[in-house]
This record gives sequence, structure tokens and C-alpha cells, in this order.
Amino acid sequence: MARVIRGVGVGGGTAEGPVARMAAPRLPPPPRAVPPEEAPAEAAAVRAALRDVAATLERRAAPLTGAAAEVLEAQVMMVSDPALADLAEAEVRAGSDGTRALTAAFGSFSAALRAAGGLFAERVADLDDLRDRAIASLLGLPVPGLPRPGHPHVLVATDLAPADTALLDPEQVLALVTEEGGPTGHTAILARGLGVPAVVACPGASALTDGRRVLVDGAAGTVEPDPAPARVAEAAAAERRRRRAAAELSGPGRTADGHRVALLVNVGAPRELRGAAEADSEGVGLFRTEFLFLDRAEAPSVEEQTAAYGRVFAAFAGRRVVVRTLDAGADKPLPFATAPDEPNPALGVRGLRTATRDPALLENQLTALARAAEANAAEVWVMAPMVSLPAEAAAFAARARAHGLPTAGAMVEVPAAALRAEHLAADCDFLSIGTNDLAQYTFAADRTLGGLAELLDPWQPALLDLVHRTAEAGGRLGRPVGVCGEAAADPALALVLTGLGVTSLSAAPAALPGLRAALAAHTLADCRELAEAARTAPDAATARQLVAALG
Amino acid sequence: MPQRTVAIGAASGLHARPAALLVQAASRQPVPVTLAREGGEPVDARSLLSVLALGAAHGERVVLAAEGDGAEAAVEELAALVAAGEE
Repeated sequence: MARVIRGVGVGGGTAEGPVARMAAPRLPPPPRAVPPEEAPAEAAAVRAALRDVAATLERRAAPLTGAAAEVLEAQVMMVSDPALADLAEAEVRAGSDGTRALTAAFGSFSAALRAAGGLFAERVADLDDLRDRAIASLLGLPVPGLPRPGHPHVLVATDLAPADTALLDPEQVLALVTEEGGPTGHTAILARGLGVPAVVACPGASALTDGRRVLVDGAAGTVEPDPAPARVAEAAAAERRRRRAAAELSGPGRTADGHRVALLVNVGAPRELRGAAEADSEGVGLFRTEFLFLDRAEAPSVEEQTAAYGRVFAAFAGRRVVVRTLDAGADKPLPFATAPDEPNPALGVRGLRTATRDPALLENQLTALARAAEANAAEVWVMAPMVSLPAEAAAFAARARAHGLPTAGAMVEVPAAALRAEHLAADCDFLSIGTNDLAQYTFAADRTLGGLAELLDPWQPALLDLVHRTAEAGGRLGRPVGVCGEAAADPALALVLTGLGVTSLSAAPAALPGLRAALAAHTLADCRELAEAARTAPDAATARQLVAALG
Repeated sequence: MPQRTVAIGAASGLHARPAALLVQAASRQPVPVTLAREGGEPVDARSLLSVLALGAAHGERVVLAAEGDGAEAAVEELAALVAAGEE
């Protein structure tokens, strides 16, 4: 039997099938000088490559409708852009070969979009993908993209681009394995959304070739090449039991011995609202309000905010909705709330800190939330992001209560807040741990850098220590302590969090059945034992393995 | 030279659909129309990438300009489109 390959497991569950690889991006050929007499032919080849990519994407868009078609049509418009072709031609006439001309032409627009920030910067991944396609066409290489082997498969890739994930067919993809990416990256989020097991940050996957059978375990984070038939049968039986158990269970989350753990959903955009409201949940554990504020020159009016919040509260009538007030700054800059010139925005004026500079922003938001809460039957809780000091939590809670919002809490994302959780909890009604930011600040690791995935792994024992400290403080004072963030979507980690004393888990709707089933199969004492094992493990990989072995 | 200054109506700025609608409309005009941030370098309104690269947000003021036969009507039509901000 070949050696088991390890990475970071995502989504739970197991799947077995043949590998289908995404064509690996090749190293560009060495630069080649293009003499002036060859420039016209080289320029013509560059233009033909751009036309070829546009034609391919047009064909692909033809049978599609709705959002998927719009995504591709926008890509066609970009790659057919006359300014792009002119720029690439100018590069060729200045002596560059076609590959370098395309790289430079796409790169100049990417740089401008990146500088524009926000939604504009999100288009950079599209441009990178179009550039790779154009270069492949120019060099006569296979076009990078999703494999279509015509049968269900385990998709193996270096990493997946957002444009690929939009086209992924859940009927055909049994599991995802990527060499790069982290547990909070878009591949992981997509896998959880689709409910397929995934292993990310798995460098050993580069050795997997097309057609080879693998057994992927999204809980243990392992990929086993050429598994023995008995192993496959065993894993398939366990998977069937897991799915059956998940499908049979419903209602509030509870352990085998009846300890309640609220299962909540995350909501961040109006289009997610319907799916989130239809999910079997006790409410919303994290309602991100940034969508109302992004890419605008001025803050939305109180009336506009009231209407938007009211729609969410109406959809969750009779259930809890935990609203996070505006979390601007860092990766979500807003012209009216954030300074453009901070050298280190993740450590700058962001989250609740923006309210110090512009008190009206938070005041208006609380006014709108209170009005919307008044008009609807949801149980509205509000919480502030990026709280560092107990005094900040106290001031926020006082402001919320002054607006008639009785339940106010603080997010624990900064190590200082976790270390002083007891003081924080004393001054407000509940705490909510944002594990993605807490990991970023605990490990001094930028969460947008895939190369730092190991440091950002939510299984890191140091992170679990801070969760433990926070949950214990909440427990002593009788304050609920929730976890929102990708950590809460992992069923094995959910058991650990429960054992550490966390009282609610908030995740994508697709993750809830798996969380509910994992809780129902374990007692609170089991969870505490798993928590102790994970927290005292020497490293994240050992913590994960111990819990997989014990659970 | 006919030109018009308008505030961007689309909530997400000149991004995604609003940008695509502008570029499609500009491509139908008999004359090239340029777009610029106030005081900024003008770009070809028929180039989606150039329009996106302006990074123009909701409420920001942009200048549309054109020259030649039909310039007046072209600028008028595109200015109305930018101001209306259909999503």
C-alpha cells in the first residue's frame, strides 16, 4: 500500500474514486527576444490567442443562464477588450515575446484593480485566469481548467480559482484535494458549501496521477492512494451511517446526553438569506452587515439600513439573529470609514475602532437595528467586532442598550480580549469568538496568505487555549460563548469546541447536519475528553489525529 | 467638445453589470467616448478593463466626453446611463 498523504481536512466525511487532475500551470518558457521583423507575426498570434479564449468562453456560456452565464459573459468582455490587445501589441513591438506581452498587459490592469480595492480587487483572480488561458492558447498547451473525465472523480489541483469553483459540478466531484490553500480559503469554503470532503494544503497531492484511486478523509485530512477494497467498504459504510444519521436528525443541537449547543447559520449577503432561513437552525450566529456599506462613497441612510435589517429579521421571526456591527477596515476598506494610508490595515482602525473616529456611523447603525428589531419578531442580539479592551465592550453594550437593544456582546478576535475574557464578559451579555481573526492575531499570520495555512489552522493548540479561556470565563459568569468562523463548520472540531465550553456554533447552512450528527453521537464528557486531548497536543496535526482516533 | 459630469448611480459603483452596460452602450456609439474621474486621465469607455480600473464608487463624479458627429447625443445617452445606475 502506498503511503497516506496528509493535509488539512475540511468538511468531514469520506469519499473514494479516481483522480482527475487539473492541468498544472506550467513554468513560462524562457524569455525570447523578438526582432522587429518578427513583431507583426508575434502580435497577430497574441491577438489570435485572446480571440481564441473569448470564443471558448462564449461557447461555454451559451448553454448557461443566470449568474453562471453572467460571470462568463463578463470574462468574454474582458478578454475581448480592445485596450488589452492594444497594450499587448505595444509590448510585442517593444521587443517582448507573446507570453511576456500578455503577462504585462494583464498585469497592468490587475495592478489598477488591486489598487482600487474592494469588489474591483476581486476581479484580479479572473484576470489571472484569463491570462493563463491566453498564454496556453498562444503556446499551444492544454488550457488550464477543470477536467471533464465524464465520470465521478476526486478533483486534484494545485489550487482552485474562483472561476473554476463556479463551474464545479457537484454530481461529478466526489472530493477535492489541493496542494495549496488553507482551511479558511475559498476551496475550503466551497467544499463545505457543497458538502463534499476536502483535503487542502496537501503538498503530497502533486504525486497523484490521473485515474489513480484514492480514499479522501475530510475529517482526518488524509488521502490514501490505492486503498484496499476492505478499507473502501469500511469507509463507505461509515459514510452511509454518517449521512443517514445526519439526515434523520433535526432540531436544536444537543450531545448524546442532552447538553444543548445552539446551531446557527452565518449570513453575509441578501442572496444567502433564503437558503439560510430555510436551513434547520436556531437562528443566525453571525449576520455580517458589510454588504450594505461596501463600494459606496457614503454610508447608507438609517432608512435604507432599517429596511435591509428588517428583511433579515423577518426571515428569522421567532429565532435569534446575532448582528455584527460594521466591520470595516483591513480587507474591507470603506472610503467613509477607513483611512486609505494605514501601513498595516489589519492592525489599524478597523471594526469597533472606526466608531471612535466616526461615532455617527455606529449610532446610525444601532438606530436602524433597533427600529428593525422593533418591527419584527426576531430575537436580536448585537455584537461589536475587534474589541480589545473590557472598557470597549462596556461602552458598546451601554450604547446598544441606550438604543433599546437589550442583548449586546463583544467579539473575541484579539488575543488581549481572550486573555481578559472574564472582564469582557462581565461588561456585556455574551461573547462570540471569531476564530479566523483570532488565529491571525495570535500567530501574527496574515489570513489572506495561503503560504501561512499551517499557522492559521484552527486546530492549533494555542488557539484552542484562548478559546478555552474565553469559554471558561463565559461559563463562570453565565454568559453564552459562541464560535463563528470556519472552525465551527468542522464536525470534529465542533466536538472539541463543545468540550472547551462553547455554547453555540455558527457556520454555513450546509455544515449544520454534520455538526448536529457529530454532537448527537457524543456525550459532553466525550467532548471534554477530546477537548483536553486536542488542547494539550504538541501541534495542530497531532491534535487532529488524536481527536480522529478517539472520536 | 461635448462633455458631461455625472455622479455614479449604481450602488456597487462602476463594477460588474453597471460597467458592462456602459461599455456595451459605448461600443454602439458612432464616436469614441471617453470616461475619466474628475481631473483624472480619460480612458476609452468601450474598454471594460479600463472602466473597471478606474475603481469608481457609488456617488463619485466622472466626466464623459466625445468629439465628432453625434458626440453630443452619445455623451448624453451614456451620462444618463451612468447616473441611472441600473444594476
